Formats: sequence, structure tokens, C-alpha cells
Amino acid sequence: MSERRFSIWSWVWFLLGAVYFLVPLYATLRHSLRMERDVIGFKAYVRAFEDQDFWETFLLSNTLAVATIVASVILIVPTAYWIRLRLPQARRITEFITLLPFVIPAIILVFGLIRTYSVPIGIPFTAIELLQPLTTSKLGTYALITAGYMVLAMPYMYRSVDTGMRTVDIRTLTEAAQSLGAGWFTIVTQVILPNIRSALLSGALLTFAIVVGEVTLASFLGVDAFGPYLFLIGQHRAYEPAALSFVTFLLTWLAMGLIQLATGGQGQTAGAH
Amino acid sequence: MAQTSLPLTKAKEPSNLKNWFGVTPFFLFAILFIVLPSLYLVQGSFLNAEGEFTFQNYIDLFTTPLIVEAYKLSIQVSAATAIGGGIFGFLLAYAITVGGLPRQLRSALITFSGVASNFAGVPLAFAFIATLGRRGFVTLYLIEQFGIDLYKSGFDLYTFWGLTAIYMFFQFPLMVLVMVPALDGLKREWREAAENLGATYFQYWARIAFPILLPSILGSMILLFGNAFGAYATAYALTGGRLGIITIQIGAQIRGDVLHNPGLGYAMAMGMVIIMAVSLAGYSWLQKVSERWLR
Repeated sequence: MSERRFSIWSWVWFLLGAVYFLVPLYATLRHSLRMERDVIGFKAYVRAFEDQDFWETFLLSNTLAVATIVASVILIVPTAYWIRLRLPQARRITEFITLLPFVIPAIILVFGLIRTYSVPIGIPFTAIELLQPLTTSKLGTYALITAGYMVLAMPYMYRSVDTGMRTVDIRTLTEAAQSLGAGWFTIVTQVILPNIRSALLSGALLTFAIVVGEVTLASFLGVDAFGPYLFLIGQHRAYEPAALSFVTFLLTWLAMGLIQLATGGQGQTAGAH
Repeated sequence: MAQTSLPLTKAKEPSNLKNWFGVTPFFLFAILFIVLPSLYLVQGSFLNAEGEFTFQNYIDLFTTPLIVEAYKLSIQVSAATAIGGGIFGFLLAYAITVGGLPRQLRSALITFSGVASNFAGVPLAFAFIATLGRRGFVTLYLIEQFGIDLYKSGFDLYTFWGLTAIYMFFQFPLMVLVMVPALDGLKREWREAAENLGATYFQYWARIAFPILLPSILGSMILLFGNAFGAYATAYALTGGRLGIITIQIGAQIRGDVLHNPGLGYAMAMGMVIIMAVSLAGYSWLQKVSERWLR
């Protein structure tokens, strides 16, 4: 059969793809193991992990990731639930909003955020000031960058949650909970959340993958996160950046692998390119 | 200026109005952190240095060589990686769906693609410096084994070709992820019907499968284009801002008014948003067209 001939080509494409994917990773790993002359060893990893700044920036990025995930869940789960249950006419506009971050890349978003929030926040057309500029205080900057990350993660988080809710019958669950006397808060936290936990997990891991290595928002808002740190040591050191890049790769792999497990093979994609 | 009307007004019946309250936090968030920042950029793009209304910034967009060059380079890199990554990604997706490869390879490649399309920014740039940089593994390997010096034959990682090679790393996996469902949507009956009518495998692909897949392929390539067009971190980590693609120029403008005209900077950003919006619209339109046959 003529299909046989095509199957040889299939192997060719597959092997080419595997080469393109694996060679850069191999090169990075190889480079990271050669810090000492003529010895293959983990010195670059030891050096990288000894740096106090690494732990501080890495911890900060993880904290920001957790904050982003928690805030996104609080914002998106009730919204998606309410739209499915009571407000289907809001579906189109909401989906449109969740697609906006694709049109507004990170660099434009941070440009807009800086222009909007580096001035005192007041009531429009009046001289009344409500808030100092967010970018002048550390806490304000953290709040701003978390909001920015929520925007970047929104398309993926919303889609995960919404898909999760499609597979469970939230109407029946809600009616059952209501007839047992549950209030809205109880319904969302005790009934809806546990039922969409695999969708939540997948959205959360994707958000984690976006936030931990993110560099655009962090560097322009002046947040000492892991992304800018990695960039900085890349300017000054030769081997540690390769080591940390490889570690980052393993973390991404871990997050994606867990998503595959959580969703049963329905992989998702995002990007902080 | 900040008074963007809440969708509350859209509710028709009073009983509906109460339901809209449930989604206020979400819309408030969207207004504060997406709509308002975008509107401030729009507003800035129509102001001159004295704060007066002007169209001049948009005219200057087409006459400032730095900006024109930046758009050109960005469009070239994005188009090259969208077409190259699109074709290669399609062939890979073909290989693991209808191409007759073992089933285990399919899930392996899809997981790989998920990882690769998310592995970008600074670590990706470093990985390629270790691979194709002047002292990179592949560069040295080609010199030692085959006597081919990439850098003498015109290749340089820190130029258009280098950036294109790097972007491919996340472009073709994205193509795999979006094309696999489309290829899965090809119905077995179509092929059987074609075979019964005497069509060869090639005729089936040329006359039936490919035309059905074409909108989906084109749409996905447009998606890839937007994906590369908005990329900033990878290029910045690679060259520290020397390779003048549009996102790098916008970054330079944010750091310190390099154009000496803030308004022009905002117009430059708006130009990018417009290109992104057009490509997303094209993608969703083609996606709708392809849904006619594929699910």
C-alpha cells in the first residue's frame, strides 16, 4: 500500500522534530556540567544554588505565582459559575475579554500599566487623589504585578475553569446543595471547587509555568523576580545560567507532565515568550 | 475618559440587573487592568509633546526609519517562523496522527510540544547560546566533524537567522498542539469513500483532506505569527536589546524615551496592538470556516 511510503516520511519528520527539541537541551546540560576544566561535574549547580539572590528571587517568583493563582481562582471561578448558571448572555463579552491578553502582549500591557499606575490614582476630572502611585511602594508594585500576571494567565485560567464546569452538571449540583440549605459561598467552595479540581490544577500549573520565569513585567516594574535574576547572571557568568536554564526546563516539564496527568492528555499551551 | 460604561446597562429586565452584579468583580478587574491601561495608551498616542491632540504620531510611525525597520524585522521573523514552523509542525502532527507512527510516540510528542511551547524567554535564549552560539555545541561539532564553520558561512545567532532558529523551538510545537485535533477530525469515511471511488492516497490528500484542513492550517499559521510578533523576553535575553524588533524598541522607549516623543512611543505600541488584533480576528474567522467540516 502507498501508505507504507508515507510512514517512512512520518519517521523522518518525527526524528527531525526530536533532534530540534533535544539537541538544545543536551547542549545546555553539557555546558552546565563543564564548569571545571576536563571534569564533568555539578559545580555550576552548586555555585548557582549557593547564591543567596537565587533563593530570594526564586522564592519571590513562587510567592507571586501562588498569589496570582489564588487571586485568579477567586476572581474567575465565581464568574464562570455565575455566567453558566444565571447569565448566559454575558458569555460572549466575557470570552472576548479573556481573549484580549492575546491581542495585548506583555510588553504592551506593562507599558499601559506603568502609564496608568505610576501616577497618583484619583477620580477622573477632579483633583481628588485616592491612592499614591502603585509603583512607588513595594507592596503596591507587588499588587500591580500580580494583577498583570492575572491578565496574562486569564485566557488559560478561564478556559480551564469553564471547560471543567462544562463536564459537571453545575445546575443540578447547585439545586441539590440549595435544597440542603447551602448558601452561595458554601456552594462555590464546598461543591463547585472540588468538582472542577483537575481543571483548576491544570490552570494553576499553567499559570505557575508562565509566572515563575516571567521577565517582561518583572523587569519593567522593577520586581526582583527569578526571570530578571536569570537574565542578570547571564550577563556576568558562563556556566550557572546554563545550569539554571536546565533546572527551569525540568520545572516546566514537571508542570506540563502534571497537567497531562490531571486532564488526561488534553495538553494546553501558553507562552511568556 | 475613565468612564467606560459597565455592561450593566445591557440587561433588559430589572430582574436581570441583579444577576449582572455577580460578575461585577470580573468586569471591574478587566476595566482596571486591561481596558484602562489600553485606553491610556490610545489617549497618549493622540497627544503631542505639548499635550495637544494630534494625528502626527501615526504619520511619524511610517516615516521614522527606526520604527519602520523594527516593524519590518518583526514581521519578517514572525512570518518566517509562522510559515516554517507551520509547515514543519503540520508534518509532525500528520506523522503522529494519520501518518502511521506507533501510538506511544504520539503522546510523547504531544507532551514534548506542551513543554517546548511553554519553554521560552531567558532560559530558551541561553539554551540556544549553548547550542548555536560561537562556542556552542552544534557550532563546534560541525567544525570538528565536517569542517563547516557556520559563522564563516554567514550565520550569526544574534541576527535574523538566529532569532528565527530560536523562535522555531516554540513555534512548531504550538503548531503540533493546534493541528492534532484538526487532523483527528478527518473522518475515516471520507477516505474510504474516496478509495471506493478509485482515488489514490495522493489524490485523497490533494483533493479532499488538504482542502478541508487548509483553513485550519492557515489560521494556525496566523496564530503562530501573532505568537512570535508579541515575543519580547527571548530576543531581549539573546541580544540585550541590540536586535531591533518592534517589542525591543517599545521596551527601549519604556526604559527611557529613546524616540524623544512619548506620543510616538504610544503610537508604536498601538500599531502593534492593531496587527495583533487583525491576526487574532483572522485566526478566529478561519477557525470558524474550518469548523464546518471538522466537528
